[in-house]
Amino acid sequence: MRAKRGMMFDALYNALIAPFAEFDFMRRALVGSIALSLGAGPVGVFMMLRRMSLFGDAMAHAILPGAAIGFLVSGLSLGAMTLGGLAAGILVVLLAGLVTRNTALKEDASLAAFYLISLAAGVTIVSLKGSNIDLLHVLFGSILALDDMALMLLAGITTCTLLTLAVLYRPLVVECVDPGYLQSVSRAGGPTHLIFLVLVVMTLVGGFSALGTLLAVGIMMLPAASARFWASELDGMIVAATLTAILSSLIGLIVSYHSGLPTGPVIILSTGCLYAISLLFGPRGGLVTRFIPRVHLEA
Amino acid sequence: MRHVLCLVAALLAFTSSSPSMAAEKLKALASFSILADLVREVGGEHVDVTAIVGLDGDAHVFQPSPRDAKAVADANIVVVNGLGLEGWTARLIQSSGTKAPVVVASKGVRPLQGEGEDKGKADPHAWQSIANAKIYVANIRDGLMSADPAGRADFEGNAKAYLARLDQLEAEVKAAIASIPAKNRKIITTHDAFGYFARAYGMSFIAPQGVSTETEPSAKDVAKIIRQIKAQHIPAVFLENISDDRLMQQIARETGAKIGDKLYSDALSKPGAGAATYVDMMHNNIAAFTKALRE
Repeated sequence: MRAKRGMMFDALYNALIAPFAEFDFMRRALVGSIALSLGAGPVGVFMMLRRMSLFGDAMAHAILPGAAIGFLVSGLSLGAMTLGGLAAGILVVLLAGLVTRNTALKEDASLAAFYLISLAAGVTIVSLKGSNIDLLHVLFGSILALDDMALMLLAGITTCTLLTLAVLYRPLVVECVDPGYLQSVSRAGGPTHLIFLVLVVMTLVGGFSALGTLLAVGIMMLPAASARFWASELDGMIVAATLTAILSSLIGLIVSYHSGLPTGPVIILSTGCLYAISLLFGPRGGLVTRFIPRVHLEA
Repeated sequence: MRHVLCLVAALLAFTSSSPSMAAEKLKALASFSILADLVREVGGEHVDVTAIVGLDGDAHVFQPSPRDAKAVADANIVVVNGLGLEGWTARLIQSSGTKAPVVVASKGVRPLQGEGEDKGKADPHAWQSIANAKIYVANIRDGLMSADPAGRADFEGNAKAYLARLDQLEAEVKAAIASIPAKNRKIITTHDAFGYFARAYGMSFIAPQGVSTETEPSAKDVAKIIRQIKAQHIPAVFLENISDDRLMQQIARETGAKIGDKLYSDALSKPGAGAATYVDMMHNNIAAFTKALRE
């Protein structure tokens, strides 16, 4: 009996703990994805509530001209390319924000306009150099190759994000729920929105250059969408999103380690599984809970 | 509107009639830099050679531009590698509307199959074995001879001299490999470009990325390589001129293996950077292997 239990522990250890105990790159991947999850979880929830769920993919293209200029100035330097990408992303977001606030154009249309212009400019700049190295390929990192720089970048951005969110929490919540109200009682609406957009760009660009686009956007949006089915309060959603992100990173890394499937996509697929489970069985509007009539608690 | 159409038609007629005026030199177009070098060696002064994918470029993920389609349309002969390296060539050649003969340089090479996730796909990097490069040269020679019969004798002479140089190069490669201790004859590098080289010269070869640079590695593959380097005490790993090297640096950090000198696999370097021709490229790679693995 005891031997059997020992064997079970061994199997569990080998399946879940050994990969991280044996390999530095697995530990780095775990730390990196947790760092991203902590910042991206809350930011993702705010984005979902503001109907900006497709924003991340637009941003992945919008940063190209900045990255390309960084490349032209200092060659294949990751630092320069990330800084350039950050600048381009913030510029696109600010311009799109100004247009949205001051004209009849809605946020999605003005953002689409600016990100397409930005993408075309980026492709043109890259081809000026006559190089056909796939810049985005180089700029977008891989979760299996996190060096100290990349980890510091992720941790730094997450720290900034969480501190800023803590300060801006109230105005942000009000802005999410009723932008008109905040504008009517204070002038904080515009700045709050813009600071939030800058935070989003920072989190995304950091995520791109350390982990790649799919992972950065996926870990931001899928857990947020799942969290919607578990909590109705904002605080609860943020906690649920962050936990979902961390859990799916862990599951994805372990599955990729044992199965030999590519790591980034597997992490996002496990986020997808958690999303499907939430969609079906989540207590707040999940499909099953909605269609199976509840037993009435009557005295 | 009609005026505009007339103008466009006139312009089209003008541009399409301008080439083929004084065709003294044969215009050859090669799909990437290594092929271009081989064509240059065989063609000598009879041929103007350009490469679509230039120096230090990656043919796996290349996107052709209209200028490339125009270059194909203007060429008298097009030389491609085949074996699935240039997924874009067939479409580019067709859309350019060229009637130039297309030489598939790897015709007659016995293809190696890719491993793991690339199983069933041919490995395109056949030029890394000098025996295959000699087949390339023979195919290019035959292609040039039928495209420009006037230069027959020169093409034959150039090819013969160059084949002799390749024989000599192969002897040097074999001697260099013999100087590496048998247990160290292992190449670990970023993508699967050295399969033919390893097979031809008795080395074993491991890469986290598949035959194409487009695929993404899994945690299992990386863990396997790290275990292997530790267990077999492999002294060094290598980086290539065309791929992202962050993953290999992580592997080096984790195993304590050295990072050897840069290898050239799929593209030549700029003149003066150590691998400007095919022969220089092989010398460069061999020097990198012996320097890092000899001890």
